Amino acid sequence: MQWTWFHKFASPKWFYQITGKILPFLAWLTFFLLVIGLVLGLGYAPADAKQGNSFRIIYIHVPSNFLALAGYFLMAIAGAIGLIWRIKLAFWVMKCAAPIGIVFTLVGLLTGSLWGKPTWGSFWVWDARGTSMLILLFLYVGVYSLGRSFHSANSGEKASAFLAIVGTVNIPIIYKSVDWWFTLHQRATIKFTSAPSMHPDMFYPLLIMIVGFYLLYAVVLMLAVRAEILVRERKTNWVRTLVLK
Amino acid sequence: MHPIRKQRLQIILLVLLFATLAAGLIIYVLGQNANFFYTPSQIKNDEYRKGSTLRVGGMVVEDSIKRFDETLAVEFTLTDGNAFIAVVFDGILPDLFAENEAAIATGVIKDSGELIASQVLAKHDENYTPPELIETMDYLKSTNYKNK
Repeated sequence: MQWTWFHKFASPKWFYQITGKILPFLAWLTFFLLVIGLVLGLGYAPADAKQGNSFRIIYIHVPSNFLALAGYFLMAIAGAIGLIWRIKLAFWVMKCAAPIGIVFTLVGLLTGSLWGKPTWGSFWVWDARGTSMLILLFLYVGVYSLGRSFHSANSGEKASAFLAIVGTVNIPIIYKSVDWWFTLHQRATIKFTSAPSMHPDMFYPLLIMIVGFYLLYAVVLMLAVRAEILVRERKTNWVRTLVLK
Repeated sequence: MHPIRKQRLQIILLVLLFATLAAGLIIYVLGQNANFFYTPSQIKNDEYRKGSTLRVGGMVVEDSIKRFDETLAVEFTLTDGNAFIAVVFDGILPDLFAENEAAIATGVIKDSGELIASQVLAKHDENYTPPELIETMDYLKSTNYKNK
């Protein structure tokens, strides 16, 4: 099997050039999706019969947590690719994904708090979903700080890649926690096997927000990796000519 | 695949396997202890530690909510369909607390079998519906009921 395409994709210069071309388009698409999703979700979707308007925080809470989980998988897979093929770009993707993941997890936890107070009656409870989500935040912080706590950047990247890989076992636990245990969190509204248990007028804005958050994640990650490339490749000719131009 | 890379992949898969095993064992040992609340059936069958503070969750039984004048005290019954438990609470209930809705009470169970709660939380389900739809459905149900 030929792996040349793989190595081309792993070239920082190629990554920098291709993301430079698609980023403007992607950023505008993200902006429009998020604006449409927020306007529809906050302005036009009907209020919930029981929760009233407080359910609307779902339009931030759920997409943010989706990306906290998906971003962790991406970070661990990038780490594994870096370990197996010794591709520096993969390590940089992993390194940049950690702080972004921290932000998405924090947004998920904080919006959950704001949702919990008016509905449950408490800002925070130690149920299985909330606790496993907090562990995810600590894993992200661990990957972030472990990668930056070595003299040699490469040792740090290898160590944090292993931590990221081990931490992936937490993701299915978070996902299944509401089915395995009695929790205060409700079960999944959006399921792979059946229609969402949500009125379509409420569901479509949520779907737009989820797609928008995926794109937002991609845009932020690309920007961060591009910055990392410029720093790490600063001694190469192409970066020198790019910067001095 | 290059043999060295293959070996690295195998090591990573092995690490992942052992991490999964470790997590699996932890989950197995945690078992029911990781539940956020007990059900009224578990309380009835004495599957809890006497005298300790615990949470009991269930559906608030219809017409079971009793309020008292001049105090915040409230009494209600929780059920999981099989067993019932009476709850006494003196405090502010969450907005979503209602009959036929799920609630979770934290407190100590007295010898009389009552739960003296220090906190009551409301649990909502994963269904989201506009109010008009609920009204229409309730209306249809009530007319159907009367016709029979």
